Amino acid sequence: MNTFSASGTDVPSAQVPDYPMARAARCPFDPPPDLHILQDQAPISRVRLWDGSTPWLVTRYDDVRALLADPRISSESDRPHYPHLSPAQKERRRQSRTFINMDDPEHARLRRMVTASFSIRQVEALRPAIEQIVDGLIDTMLAGPRPVDLVEAFALPVPSLVICELLGVPYADHDFFQANSRILVRRTSTVEQARVATQQLLDYLDRQIGVKLAHPADDVLSTLAARVRAGELSRHQAASMGMLLLTAGHETTANMIALGTLALLQNPDQLDRLRGSADPKVVASAVEELLRHLTIVHSGRRRVAREDIEVGGVTIRAGEGVVLANDVANRDPEAFPDPDELDVDRNPRHHVAFGFGVHQCLGQPLARVELQVVYSTLYRRIPTLKLAVDLDEIPFKHDGNVYGVYELPVTW
Amino acid sequence: MKVIVDQNKCVASGQCVLSAPEVFDQREEDGIVVLRAENPPEGLADDVRQAVILCPAQAIWLEEQEGEQ
Repeated sequence: MNTFSASGTDVPSAQVPDYPMARAARCPFDPPPDLHILQDQAPISRVRLWDGSTPWLVTRYDDVRALLADPRISSESDRPHYPHLSPAQKERRRQSRTFINMDDPEHARLRRMVTASFSIRQVEALRPAIEQIVDGLIDTMLAGPRPVDLVEAFALPVPSLVICELLGVPYADHDFFQANSRILVRRTSTVEQARVATQQLLDYLDRQIGVKLAHPADDVLSTLAARVRAGELSRHQAASMGMLLLTAGHETTANMIALGTLALLQNPDQLDRLRGSADPKVVASAVEELLRHLTIVHSGRRRVAREDIEVGGVTIRAGEGVVLANDVANRDPEAFPDPDELDVDRNPRHHVAFGFGVHQCLGQPLARVELQVVYSTLYRRIPTLKLAVDLDEIPFKHDGNVYGVYELPVTW
Repeated sequence: MKVIVDQNKCVASGQCVLSAPEVFDQREEDGIVVLRAENPPEGLADDVRQAVILCPAQAIWLEEQEGEQ
């Protein structure tokens, strides 16, 4: 028996590795080396979380994909043994559980209330507005001092401006909701910090829903307000969904912009290939490859088995927690040849960076268009863009539920 | 090749439209899949197969006819 695997619910602590694991110091773009060892030697095995619980960790691409699509797997975060990401996340889910932590049919009923705004057609219609936002922010950067923090000046404002427009939230309030959102995605935040941040965001979104009830507009919060008026949603549910969309719309794309830029600056041949091509297919492929390679949602998808599930020679018992490690799954050599190479021509559309199954990211069409516009504009308009500090001075979000960089000082 | 979609299973991820826009569309009101071509030409077969693979809700099936691969 190898040292990683264990079965049954009584698990001696010495044999079970802690999760999440640490990345190698000199490989900030790669998943933790211990995850690769597990993927190779014990692809479904137990890990220990922050609260001492020992859910199963699944690391191979095929298993991750199969389990995420398995109807015997539950996303309900109020089930016993649900493997919460952090104390802060557990508290947030307690106060504000949305469809991402529900199963069908309620999940489908609530998700479908907002899917219209994220259809391919709707999101494509936003492309000119996104291009304008991106160009405007680049104009401002070029006219301002150097070096500049790309996160603050560009990576965060792009998705923030877009999601505010889409939801109908005043961008002027961005300091408030970004600060609270930041607390919720840090693993090190306390329960009390998370409680206050969640409450503040819910109160804020509730006020915005109130505004839309009185003055409906053409935006997502007004759609939710109409559902409230029709008696299909409570005010609390509407505020929770608004909060989900607002926070999810920020932290993900912003981190992909900054971390993606850093990864491309470290791979100049790939940056040249992307910058040198006017072909939208190359740009689209580069977006998919950076999504796969970086997999910023690096803390695993969290689930609970509803029934016994036989998978990969292991029996996951009904009621046990399961963590699907999509970051290392996206580096599985069985699914992606030379998985650690960043290759913008790869077009790995079958990656699981957005998850898989019925909970696959709702905002993915929007994220794709935002990233396509950014990656095809920023490096062309600032062709000499470079880091203003050494790579080892960049603060990475090792403590984040979503990976990325806290700052990215750049110059040109 | 015959394409079958299940609108009840669909989660409106848009993956099928990105793979084969000639074959798949999304409903205006909720982004749920709509079939534009039930029997797409052989030239679109690879795109349709990609849509089947990428659909996160596994809401698309194919019935390959005799003589096709």
